[in-house]
Order: sequence, then C-alpha cells, then structure tokens
Amino acid sequence: MNELSSFWSGWIIVISLGSILGSFLLLSIVRKGQRFNSETTQTVGHEFDGIEEYDNPLPRWWYWMFVLTVVFALGYLALYPGLGNFKGLLGWSQETAYEREVAKAEAEFGPMFAQFSQTPIEELAQNDQAMRIGQRLFANNCAQCHGSAATGSYGFPNLTDNDWLYGGDAAAISQTILKGRVAAMPAWGPMLGEEGVHNVSQYVLSLSGSATDAQAAEQGQALYNTNCLACHGAEGKGNHLFGAPNLTDNIWLYGGSAQQVMQTVRNGRNGQMPAWEGILGKDKAHVVAGYVYSLSNQ
Amino acid sequence: MSTAFDHPTYNYRVVRAFTIMTVVWGVVGMAIGVLIASQLVWPDLLANIPYLHFGRLRPLHTNAVIFGFGGSALFATSYYVVQRTTQARLFSDVLSGFTFWGWQIIIVAAAITLPLGYTQTKEYAELEWPIDILITLVWVAYAINFFGTVAKRKMKHIYVANWFYGAFIITVAVLHIGNSAVVPVSTFKSYSVYSGAADAMVQWWYGHNAVGFFLTAGFLGMMYYFVPKQAGRPVFSYRLSIVHFWALISLYIWAGPHHLHYTALPNWTQSLGMVMSLILLAPSWGGMINGVMTLSGAWHKLRHDPILRFLVVSLSFYGMSTFEGPMMSIKTVNALSHYTDWTVGHVHAGALGWVAMVSIGAVYHLLPAVLGFKPGAMYSTRLINVHFWLATIGTVLYIASMWVNGIMQGLMWRAFNDDGSLTYTFVESVDASYPGWFVRVLGGAIFLLGMLLMSYNSYMTVRSAKGKEAESFQADTQVA
Repeated sequence: MNELSSFWSGWIIVISLGSILGSFLLLSIVRKGQRFNSETTQTVGHEFDGIEEYDNPLPRWWYWMFVLTVVFALGYLALYPGLGNFKGLLGWSQETAYEREVAKAEAEFGPMFAQFSQTPIEELAQNDQAMRIGQRLFANNCAQCHGSAATGSYGFPNLTDNDWLYGGDAAAISQTILKGRVAAMPAWGPMLGEEGVHNVSQYVLSLSGSATDAQAAEQGQALYNTNCLACHGAEGKGNHLFGAPNLTDNIWLYGGSAQQVMQTVRNGRNGQMPAWEGILGKDKAHVVAGYVYSLSNQ
Repeated sequence: MSTAFDHPTYNYRVVRAFTIMTVVWGVVGMAIGVLIASQLVWPDLLANIPYLHFGRLRPLHTNAVIFGFGGSALFATSYYVVQRTTQARLFSDVLSGFTFWGWQIIIVAAAITLPLGYTQTKEYAELEWPIDILITLVWVAYAINFFGTVAKRKMKHIYVANWFYGAFIITVAVLHIGNSAVVPVSTFKSYSVYSGAADAMVQWWYGHNAVGFFLTAGFLGMMYYFVPKQAGRPVFSYRLSIVHFWALISLYIWAGPHHLHYTALPNWTQSLGMVMSLILLAPSWGGMINGVMTLSGAWHKLRHDPILRFLVVSLSFYGMSTFEGPMMSIKTVNALSHYTDWTVGHVHAGALGWVAMVSIGAVYHLLPAVLGFKPGAMYSTRLINVHFWLATIGTVLYIASMWVNGIMQGLMWRAFNDDGSLTYTFVESVDASYPGWFVRVLGGAIFLLGMLLMSYNSYMTVRSAKGKEAESFQADTQVA
C-alpha cells in the first residue's frame, strides 16, 4: 500500500477534523447564545416579503443527535483508518478483512475440495455431492457465456453435444479450464479474394451437405486443399491440437448460413476462453472439469 | 407570451418561462422514466432501435428530470424568491434571457446527443464537452445575475433561502468544472483528465454533491420561501437555519466516497466519506425541522390546502431519505445495499418524494402569482388535490417495491450453501426482481398521471390569464 507523504497526510487530518470540530463549535456557540430556552414567539426582527423568523432555541433532541454523531465519528476515526496515514487502533483494512474471510472459507471448505482433487475427473463425475457443487460453480462462473444449461450460444460452444474443439477427454477439459484457449482462425479474405471466399465457403458447406452452389463448391475444393487442410484435415474432421473445428457435423459456433461461413472465412475468428486457474484455483477448477465432463458422459 | 400581466418592478417574464418549462420537462423526463422502467420488465420493448435502448435512454431520463425539471424549477424559484426577498429587480434582463434560452438549448442538446450515443460515461455528467462549455457559460451568467440581485437588495440582511440558493450556485459551478475536465479528441469525444480510482473519486465527489447541492441545498432554498409563505407563518428558528446551513454545506462535500465503499479507493477515503455522511444526519434534519415546525399553529390549513400538503409531505420524504442515506453509507449496511435496487429506491424517495413534490408545491404557488393572480390560485384546486394523492401513492409504490427488491437482491447475492458455494446465480436474482419492477412501473405511471393533470391545470391557468391586466396584482406586491 502506498503511503501518503506526511504533508498530504497532515493536510487530510487537519481539514477533516477541522470540518467536524468546526461544525461542532458553531453548534455550541449558537446554542450558548440562545436568548430563549423554550419555544417563543419572539422574532429576530427581519422581514422578507412578509416572512419573519422566530428566535426559537435549537431543539434539544436534535442538538444531542448532532453531538452523538460527532462522538461516533471521532470514535470511528480513532479505531479505523481515516485520518491520513494513521491506520486506526484496530489495524483494520478492507484488504486484510477480505484476506481473513477468504482464509476462513479456505480453512472450512479447502479440505473438501482438496479431497475432490485427489479423485480422477471421470470418477468425480459420478460423485453426486461434487456435481452439485460443480453445477453451482458453473452457474456462477461459466453460465454467463455458456448458458445455465451449458448449451452455449453464438460464439460460445455448447458443452453438452460431445463435439469438442480442443478434445473432450478429462485431461483436455481440465487444461481448457485451467489455462484457457485462444482460437486462431486466420482471415483469408485478403489472400483468397471475394470469389475465393465464396468458393471455399461453398466447399465447406458441402461437407455437411448444405452447399447451395455445387459448381463453386467444386472450385473451392482446390483452395481448401492448399489453405485449410493443414488445420481442418483432408476430410474436414478438424484437429483438437489447433482447436480447429470439425466442418462435417453441421455444428456451427458462428452460424452455418452461407453468409456466416463466408464471414468466418473472410475475417477469421479469435474466440477466447479465459484461464480460470488464477480465479477458481486448481481444486475448484477440477470440480468444474468433472461437471463439464459429466455433461456429455452420463 | 403577453406582457400585460408583467410586474412593474420585478422580472416575472423569465420566472414564468422557467416555471412552464419545469412542467414540460417534468412530464417529458418522467415519461422517459416510465418507459425505461417498462423496458426492465419487458426487455424486448423497443430493444431493436439503438437510439431507444435502455442504456441510452436512462441518462436521458436522469438529465431531463434533474436538469430539465429540477433545474428549471430552481431557476424559476430562485429568480422569483431572490427578487421578492431583496425587493430588487433581477440584476440583468439580458442575462436572465440568456440563462433561460441557454439552459433550454442544453436540455434539448442532451435529448439529441444522448440517444445518439454521445456520452462522457460519467453518471449525471454524461453530456459531452461542447455542451459542458455551454453549461459553464450559462452557470456563470446565472451566478452574476443572482448575486448581482442580492447585492442590490434593499435591506441589510440576506434571507436564508438566498443562502441556500447561493451555496447551490457556487458549489455546482465548482463541481461541474472540476468533474468535466477533459481532453477533447473530436467534436463529440473526449477523455477525462483523471484516471483510475482518482477519476472515480472525482466523479462521485461531483455525483454526490449534485445530490447535496443541486437536489438538496437548492431545494431547501425553495422550501425556505414557499413553506412559510404558503403557511402564512414565520420560520420556526433562525438559529437552526444558521447551524444547519453551515454544517450542511461544509460536510456534504465530503460524502462522495460512500458511493465507492469496498473498491480500489483507499481505506481512509472510504472511512471519511462514511463518518461525514453520518454527521450529515443532523444538519439535514435541521431543514426538515425548520420547515415542518413552521406549520405549528397552522396545521388546520393542511385540511383544505393541497399546495401546503405537497410542501409538508415533501419535507417528510426529505427527512426519511436523509435518514436512510446516512444509514446506507455505513459500510456494513452498504455491503448489503450497494448495487441493488435499494439505491434506486433511495434516490427516488429523494427525487419524487422531496425534489419533485416541493417543486410541484412551489410551482402551484408561484405560477398564478407570476400570471397576475393571487399566489396559489390555480385554475382548479381539486385537480391539485388529486395530483397530491397520485404523487403520494406513486412515490410510495415506487419506494416500497425497490426496498423489497433491493434487500432481496442483496440477500440472494450473499447467500451461501453449507459447501461454500453461492446459493443463487445472478440471473436468479434478476428473475426474482420482476414483480418489484412491475410495481415500479405502476408507481411511476401513477406519478406521471399526476404530472399530466398538472400540465392541464397549468395550461388552463395560463389561458385564463391571457389579456388580464396587471393592476389586480400590483396592490398585493406593494406591501412587500
């Protein structure tokens, strides 16, 4: 934590205490100078557009309420950080409070998760208690993109269809969650030209029987073989090593219309799965991996 | 507009113009409020039109009600009050006209640029830099005009209402210039000169004092004239005015950090924000006591004076929200309430219950006055009464639904299972909020209905004043 310079620290102390004590001083002076101690019909003598002002005393309960808040404030500033660099008698800070709570939760729940982490993912997927926890962790951390039912949406893979970009075995799922993934489909537009994009897209669509222009598809095959085959394979079945999708199963991350496929070919795609190791920790990520595994391995 | 009923001494023309625009912007701003509240219940409502998306209309709502409605009400009443309590005509008719047209252009510019997506992304300070410059010019003109009038006063003392208006004008100038410091990069794009936690702190120093000075000090000025005037009673205690005025303006400026509890803001800043907010309770209540106690001996007037009822109920809501605010600034309470609908409810307890109601009461008092009628002599008193009940019911529905929603959301977000995992997902708390959001739409719509009655009542009052001669009112003002 950065310390303030002693000038600024002093400045803060002076103006904050000055404001509080100044208000209190004003309150005391005005109260001392009261001409009446109970309700009066004496005015102070001014008159503005017919409005006069009584010289009533400050209400007693209000005065004491004011005093009470000032006392509370001074007490609070003695105990907690507030006056510049003075840390307060309790030594409290939001950072240490947070760390304390996390440590407490770790002590309470850590052993349970540590035990889960000893169980292989395939086996964990059969553990009802672990899967209940895994579902909640998924719902609060993963559902924003993959959906509450893990069925994904445009740009976010469905995790229940047993179609995997980077592999669906336990080790691959675990790796994806812990380290994240960055997809790298290059933009082919500048290289292939608009006609080439059209032809190769038609060929890709033909792999799942959805081409609309047979002639273009035929011309696209040659382009595919020179440019796309390296990642997506000779038969278009994809490659988990590069996260290259299977193009023959009619499952489309970015849509399967001719327009959308052309968009993908022309401009590329760079989907990102964040790395969760630093957020969830290894043990919880392990339970989530078990849950994701269970979705397509009942 | 006809000048037949213009006052021989005072500039009522600018007051009249601002008063009418208060009603107009009130209706517009609150209608947008009801629309965006509906968008939260029916998310597909207008969702495909980018200009009318919730994210763009929400700042338009806040700008229209705070600066359009509230701002016009403050200009109207301060120009009226400062003239009548100093017995001097406004310092300059040219500056008066400039502030009126300048301010209206600002609000219209907000209504155009915000839906187009131009924003500085600072809450209540969204308008881009060219508009900010215009605000600065108008505000300086306003300050010269107001203080110039005070300087011309015919008596030694300055009335307490003018202390509050004066503090509001000076502080809002400082806040606006401080928070709007940006580096422009194009006609409608700029970047804040502050960064990170310092930027957030400057923003909430501005944001909370927009509440403290624009929506509190300014409207207390309004209260200090219209409550004793409408009640026909002296102000309860001059001493109390002195203490609560100086304490209020010196402590409010510290309260901003309570908007940033448990964030990257340093611990000491958060603590100071919290304790200053707590000490603010007494100075805030000083204004409520002074207003409500002014009625002692005149309580019977509430039975048949709906204008006075508006003013008194506004003070009750003021007292309630200035109690709620300090409580919410306590860190442990804030840990539950922050980011929930409770905050939204708190703001509207102040905005609908206090700011809107006191302004409505003031407008009903002064609109007839600047049209040459007796103060408070609107076209229909019965409609004012109906408006009063609609406004009260609408506000209560709004606040209650947000309390329920807010506390429910806060509790859902922090609920843990015995295995340490969170009980609810965020979306479950959204789902559970729908009933409360529906009640909010209802409350807002009822409040808006009252505003529509007010526009009709105001229109009929203005119409009946057409061609009226000035004399009838002169006798009344000669007394002052």
